[in-house]
Amino acid sequence: MDYNPANLLLLLVILFNFALLGSSRLVACIRIVAIQGGILSLLPLFIHGITGHSLFLAGGAFLLKGLVIPFLLLRAIRQVHIRREIDPLVGYVPTLLIGTLATAGAFIFSDRLPLIAAHRGSLFIPVGLATLATGFLLLITRRKAITQALGYLIFENGVFIFGMLLAEAMPLMVETGVLLDLLVAVFVMGIVMHQINREFSTMNTGQLSSLRE
Amino acid sequence: MIAALILLPLFGGLAAFCLPSDRFRPLLLPVCSLAHLVLTFLVIQSGQALTLSVFGNWLAVDAFSRLVLLIVSLLFCGCSLYAVGYLRYRLAWGNRIFVSCLLIFLAAMSLAAVARHLGLLWVAVEATTVASAPLIYYNHNRLSIEATWKYLILCSVGIALAMLGILFVAYASLAGGAHVSLQFDDILQSAANYSKPWLRAGFVFLLVGFGTKAGFAPLHTWKPDAYGEAPGLVGGLLAGGLTSVAFLALLRTLQIMDAAGEGAMAREAFLAMGLISLGFAAVFVIRQPDFKRLLAYSSVEHMGILAIGVAIGGIATFGAMLHLMNNALTKGVLFLSAGNIHRRFASKRVGEVQGAITLVPVSASLFLLGFLAITGSPPFGPFVSEFTILRGIFAGGHYLTGGLFLFFLSVIFIGMGSTVLSVVFGQPTAGKGDKNYRETIMTTGTPLALLLIVLLLGLYLPESARKLFADAAALLEVKP
Amino acid sequence: MLELFLHLLLLFGLSPLLLGVIGKTKALFAGRTGPPFLQSYYDIWKLFGKGLVISRTTTWVFRAGPVLGLAVPVLAALMVPFGSIGAPLSFTGDLIFFVYLFGLSRFFTASAALDTGSSFEGMGAAREVTFSCLAEPTVFFSFIVLARLSGSLSLNTMFGQTLNVAWQSAGPSLVLVVACLFVVVLVENCRIPFDDPNTHLELTMIHEVMVLDHSGPDFGMILYGAAMKLFILGALLVRLVFPGSTGNVLFDTLLFSGSMLLLAMVIGVVESTMARLRLLRVPQMLVGTMLLSFFSLILLLR
Repeated sequence: MDYNPANLLLLLVILFNFALLGSSRLVACIRIVAIQGGILSLLPLFIHGITGHSLFLAGGAFLLKGLVIPFLLLRAIRQVHIRREIDPLVGYVPTLLIGTLATAGAFIFSDRLPLIAAHRGSLFIPVGLATLATGFLLLITRRKAITQALGYLIFENGVFIFGMLLAEAMPLMVETGVLLDLLVAVFVMGIVMHQINREFSTMNTGQLSSLRE
Repeated sequence: MIAALILLPLFGGLAAFCLPSDRFRPLLLPVCSLAHLVLTFLVIQSGQALTLSVFGNWLAVDAFSRLVLLIVSLLFCGCSLYAVGYLRYRLAWGNRIFVSCLLIFLAAMSLAAVARHLGLLWVAVEATTVASAPLIYYNHNRLSIEATWKYLILCSVGIALAMLGILFVAYASLAGGAHVSLQFDDILQSAANYSKPWLRAGFVFLLVGFGTKAGFAPLHTWKPDAYGEAPGLVGGLLAGGLTSVAFLALLRTLQIMDAAGEGAMAREAFLAMGLISLGFAAVFVIRQPDFKRLLAYSSVEHMGILAIGVAIGGIATFGAMLHLMNNALTKGVLFLSAGNIHRRFASKRVGEVQGAITLVPVSASLFLLGFLAITGSPPFGPFVSEFTILRGIFAGGHYLTGGLFLFFLSVIFIGMGSTVLSVVFGQPTAGKGDKNYRETIMTTGTPLALLLIVLLLGLYLPESARKLFADAAALLEVKP
Repeated sequence: MLELFLHLLLLFGLSPLLLGVIGKTKALFAGRTGPPFLQSYYDIWKLFGKGLVISRTTTWVFRAGPVLGLAVPVLAALMVPFGSIGAPLSFTGDLIFFVYLFGLSRFFTASAALDTGSSFEGMGAAREVTFSCLAEPTVFFSFIVLARLSGSLSLNTMFGQTLNVAWQSAGPSLVLVVACLFVVVLVENCRIPFDDPNTHLELTMIHEVMVLDHSGPDFGMILYGAAMKLFILGALLVRLVFPGSTGNVLFDTLLFSGSMLLLAMVIGVVESTMARLRLLRVPQMLVGTMLLSFFSLILLLR
């Protein structure tokens, strides 16, 4: 495994994944997601060099993932006065354990994938898979609407890492479209969260269980 | 002209957002949708494929696009005429977000239909999710917010998985040594060289992702909640328009797999999904007390039928294309009339809604006829399409599939029938409900018109329409 | 011979100074003058001159605890390289011996605490052994990483010359190991954020409460032993971070002493800037650290 800057950044991403899985303070979680988004937005510059395309992508991703989306989420919970997540479905320690196992599994699995030669030493695929798993875990086990939205964002981060390998395939317009879509989705989620809080006086999605057969 | 298809509703949506008057805003809807319909007809009439060569081949109209554009446009037109009457009835509720989101929704669906780049298709489908979430929430109560949240999260995650699938397909081209491009035409040309494991993995993720959007079982869990809690016209648009667009995305996936020579595996997956969806629908339709959730399961059933039709191939594909249109329009009828009944009785549960035929005669009879249509009774359109699919199944020798197909369809007919009949007939339940609700031309005329189109499709298929469906089916011909 | 002499000199001479430096750093942060650097020496001297008060409910275990608390670090120190001064005592597998030596001393300290029959000490003992139990896998995983990098199971070789090369080839793994070992140093020596060495509130004491009943020379031995334990574990950490050697014994000794004092300052800074974690969160943090060290092992294996 070669230690170029991109790989080191990806290692940081994994550490942040763990930090997110173990943290119960909502504001801290949002900040971690913001930092992770910021780190990820620097990656295109390291892989594809400083071209117009990568600068635009990095700048746009940094702006949206690192600044605007966390700002929207912080604003969404500001009125809520809730600062801590309640106990998740699976406790924090088991979540951390599952996350570590998933990360280990991602590393082992990606060694067996048929990658092209240029990608073999790099950490993209394992970190991408691990981030996907982290996002999934957050989505499934957490009860507050905001953490589910954060899980979705981490999931998208994982997809973004994969997308990094394939920058030629994703022209500028599409990347912009993807980022904008993410922004609008989070915006709408923020509004819905606000409405949830207004209706139920809590963001505990365990309350959202009246619709069933 | 293709750009106009997308930009027109988009600007209409922005104009609706800026327009201050609640009273006149709904009028934007039929204006935009009629213009969209005219544009659609023009696009369909022009024989050759129109392309928008900005940055190369981004938007183009092929046979699938024509079919889906026509379906979406017709359905939206009907729903928008209905919306004028509906929103006038709910004037006190305010409709700024509603109308603008509806128009943006139309723009996103049109974009998805004509996109020739997989990334653009993804952006459009995600945009439809985001644009339709506020529509579900229109009733502003606890149940609808629960439905909106589940819809938003489930569909967004599903779409994210679809993105992963798209990236895997791109990686398949990279690993196969071909030129990496997500332009659809490039993919179709070079798919034979793609690396098979990556392509298969990508297909699975695309199937799961777009299948969540279309509502295949077991990814359909958001459907009953969303369709049940949304206003009738939104439900109709979702069930008719959005599922058709999602199915289009799945058809594009199938095209890619065909071009790569993996069509057989893809078709097996489609067949499995289709049968599972039929099974789930059959189970949950029995004794369903909420008649709007019932319609959601009917939607799951019909997506299953479409998947089976496409999987079998041959004449069944033609049947599936015909069924796409029949399903969409009939769902429009069902949802709009169910919405009317819901308005009159202020409830959706079978215990509280009975004897609709005496209280809201036109809507109730439309609901009844719509039920007959959707479950495949002649002389309506879905009978023809389902029969065609069945012919294809038996012609191909898949007797087990055909047997299961017939079995599930009959179970669904019986299950739906018990609910629908008890809603429509019987002693009218007194008690709560809006006694002042009157059926107007706007709210009953459009479902009637849609039903007549469905009837027409069942009785007589005009040559131009037949060609439309045949062209679409031809795109999926398995080349030897 | 020289190594043995230097080891004992540094161990006995320098370890209480660490506590002084930590105290001074904390005072600096708090705007106080604080106790003098050599305060711990005065304390130990004073305590050894005092008389002993032993509770009637105790047995020989109570006397054994402090004795082992002093003897074990001395023995363990002989296996640890101080800077580039090699360890006088080393054999294959001595890393396991090292960990279990500390386990032995911990066992006797906890037993001595339980021996008094007071519920206070029992509470402290329970917490202390839980935390150490959770910290042990971290130590083992970190040692496994180092053993794999150096190809040997002896502490002397693991922390020896191979570290220079190891930093270049497995940098990120080693960074994670350093972080995990730092957490272990804080836990094992009862520093904030895991335990407050200055607290006298009953419900917040962990280590302090275990030694509440000891007095005079016994307490002096415990104090000295705690300082030595900090010194030894810190020496491991310092060796990881500064793996070089100058060749001259005097310079090496000076460098090592300087870096130990630097470590004491860092611990002082950490203690001043952080608050003690809630008791519930300490196991979670320790498990997290264990998983981090496990992850560094995975990175290495890849």
